[in-house]
Amino acid sequence: MITVSNVTKFYGEFKALDDVSLVIPDGSLTALLGPSGSGKTSLLRVIAGLEDPDAGTVVISGQDVTAVRPQGRNIGFVFQHYAAFKHMTVRDNVAFGLTIRKKPKAHIDARVDELLGIVGLAGYHNRFPNQLSGGQRQRMALARALAVDPKVLLLDEPFGALDAKVRDELRAWLRRLHDEVHVTTVLVTHDQEEAMDVAGHIVVMNGGRIEQVGTPREVYENPRTEFVFRFLGPVATLRGRLVRPHDLVLSRHPGPDSVAGKVDRVLHLGFEVRVEIRTLEGETVTAQVTRGEAWHLGVQPGDEVHITAETNPRRPVPGAVDPIAAI
Amino acid sequence: METRKSTKLTLRVIALGYLAILLAVPLAIIFWRTFEHGFGPFRDSVTTPACQSAVQLSLLIVAIVVPINVVLGVVTALALARGKFPGRGVVQAVVDLPFAVSPVVVGVSLILLWGVHGWFGGLAEHGIRVIFSLPGMVLATIFVTLPFVVREVEPVLHEIGDEQEQAAATLGASRWQTFWRITLPAIRWGLVYGVVLTVARALGEFGALTVVAGGVPGKSQTLTLLVSSRYVDDRNTFGAYSAATVLMSLALLTLLLMTFVNRRRESNAR
Amino acid sequence: MTADVTLALDDAAAPASADTRGPVSRRPQSLRAPVGGVGPVGLGVATIWLSLIVLLPLAALVSKSFEKGPGGLWDAITVPSARATLIFTVLVSVVVALVNVVVGTLIAWVLVRDEFPGKGLVNALIDLPFALPTIVASIVLLGLYGPRSPINLNLVATKPAVVLALLFVTLPFVVRTVQPVLMEIDAEAEEAAASLGASNVVIFRRIVLPALAPALLSGAGLAFARAVGEFGSVVLIGGGIPRDTEVASQYIAKQIEVDRPVSAAAVSVALLAISFSVLLILRVVGARAAKRH
Repeated sequence: MITVSNVTKFYGEFKALDDVSLVIPDGSLTALLGPSGSGKTSLLRVIAGLEDPDAGTVVISGQDVTAVRPQGRNIGFVFQHYAAFKHMTVRDNVAFGLTIRKKPKAHIDARVDELLGIVGLAGYHNRFPNQLSGGQRQRMALARALAVDPKVLLLDEPFGALDAKVRDELRAWLRRLHDEVHVTTVLVTHDQEEAMDVAGHIVVMNGGRIEQVGTPREVYENPRTEFVFRFLGPVATLRGRLVRPHDLVLSRHPGPDSVAGKVDRVLHLGFEVRVEIRTLEGETVTAQVTRGEAWHLGVQPGDEVHITAETNPRRPVPGAVDPIAAI
Repeated sequence: METRKSTKLTLRVIALGYLAILLAVPLAIIFWRTFEHGFGPFRDSVTTPACQSAVQLSLLIVAIVVPINVVLGVVTALALARGKFPGRGVVQAVVDLPFAVSPVVVGVSLILLWGVHGWFGGLAEHGIRVIFSLPGMVLATIFVTLPFVVREVEPVLHEIGDEQEQAAATLGASRWQTFWRITLPAIRWGLVYGVVLTVARALGEFGALTVVAGGVPGKSQTLTLLVSSRYVDDRNTFGAYSAATVLMSLALLTLLLMTFVNRRRESNAR
Repeated sequence: MTADVTLALDDAAAPASADTRGPVSRRPQSLRAPVGGVGPVGLGVATIWLSLIVLLPLAALVSKSFEKGPGGLWDAITVPSARATLIFTVLVSVVVALVNVVVGTLIAWVLVRDEFPGKGLVNALIDLPFALPTIVASIVLLGLYGPRSPINLNLVATKPAVVLALLFVTLPFVVRTVQPVLMEIDAEAEEAAASLGASNVVIFRRIVLPALAPALLSGAGLAFARAVGEFGSVVLIGGGIPRDTEVASQYIAKQIEVDRPVSAAAVSVALLAISFSVLLILRVVGARAAKRH
């Protein structure tokens, strides 16, 4: 378990972390999510010991490590640009932590083999980092970090430098790895989709402070602040209120609390359809509907429609089991 | 731009011609004059006791100066590249200073500091002779070679960034282990190049040494001082040529090493 | 809904099991060395090192030069022989810098844009003056331009000899600063100019030269600073005739020989001031030019 208490961090005049406190439970996969400048990377590096906080403490597994250098914190750290030891082979990279702890060679070799197998780089022992693709280098970096059995695994935008397809693969792969290895893992990302995809808990940060902590579903459906709402998903405004475009229900007939408007444009984007509407009050609202709904409604530019914001989850079909409630 | 064939040729001839009359031909003449009567006279000229001790002294100075410059140069480069402190520009400028100081001025400054009437003149009273003695020659040589290692290593440190070192720290490496296993291998070619330049410059130092060294044959005369002394004092032109040829060969060897190391550096950077 | 959420927020109390102290008052900026750096100790060592080797001797020099007061310093510099040597040195260095600008650009051009067998060798040879001891340069030039010259061209103790020696040692400066810039030059800019009707001369003058200007300035400045202080390459072939072919470094060496340290220090300081100001001016001009890009 990681406990961060009242941590403040300045870079010169800039306050990167403002009295931040957080508890990360054992064995969880937590994402620190936020835009650049939100303090998420600073927080991660403070936990790692790569930065010193100006105030506050960091406790890892019951031990106050605030004054302890990264070497003594028993952590694993993965960098966005891999930080591979370019002049060493893959094997020596992964073995590094064990080599400097003077473990016996047989033990090191066995562990390296095991880890390379886990990360899918078996047989790559004698290659050099510059002979590997980006995704392979990052997997090597993970193996290297895991080699010393860290109590905590910290990842700083680990997939940021990779292309979209490799990113997706590695995301799934990280989730599976975490399921197997169960190390407390903290992941920094600015990509809300990645956070929601990979993490079990999300810490939304902004301007050096924590805005909200919760499961992906919680932060998406019950955002505590406008920032969280805007950051986690698409936003539409109806009568000044913030709503999700896909929570807007369109109808030909007025209903209680509905807003009337005229359709400006209809954009067909594959599965979803976006309907841009100009309300009688002059607001521009973009609703998102499925193809089926759009077909049913048959809206054309110029049509009159009525918009209602559906804030409650749709009622489940009678007889079906709510998959979320079962967890 | 597309230049006419004739223009291209003209430019090439002018360039090569200039290099020929300035560099190549004079060099060739010296080589020729040194060996026109065979290898024997040359060998005799460079194996005299005076020449041998000159070679030894030059090499001794190099052997002292290079390790000092390597250690302190790397420390300085690390402080400049990895440190955050006010006055980095000043330190940078001081490192570059030796390039703007005439060698003779270097010698004069050292005399004024370490000489009998200098600021540290008191040392002489305790039997520590700096000027006209090996320490003075070493100090002069360190002055003029100081920038090389720093200037070759610092940009490499900047380029590679400190992420690998951070990674090593998170994996448990102590500061020394990180330096030895991660930083040093990363800067090795820059360091080697800096050492090559240092050696070449150290062997070639002359101006400061004429002021600061005794120039006594067999005792405080380096190879460069020997060349000058043979030509001027002994009127031994052939002897001067021979000794110069030794230095010239070392210079050509240096050029070779520089080219070789440069190629390794470029392929490493990929 | 799942209820295993145990994440605490800003003002919630930390769980009792964790070993927490209360918030600590703001610490002073950590002096812990950045990872991979040498920390304050290393910085201290570097500072002491640089001061001992470079700054202290120069301080002693400046101090000595003022021993007879600013008036004494001025007198030592303006004595006819000193003035003559300083003027000659600066003049000849300016000439050398200018020649290098022209020839250096030409050589860099040929090396970058021309192809011929042995080009690699020629390219490597440019660095020879860097690698060669200056006294050897003097000897080498004597081979072709001295008393035993095979073409009977004896320039010893003439002003051209000094120029020759300085050209030898400053050869690499402009060439090596211009080469990389030439290689980076946007060929498309030249092509655009050509398509608009510009002749080669015009292209060179208006497209290439402005791009090379900072490098030329920098190279010329370095060449000047080197030439102004040069000793070893000049000493044998220049003759060192006072008020004729004597350069400042020779004058200073002589002053030390005849035990006139104050005079030597004074002229040394003058020489330093000259090269420093030129380098400073170049840095300022260069920075301003860089801003425009």
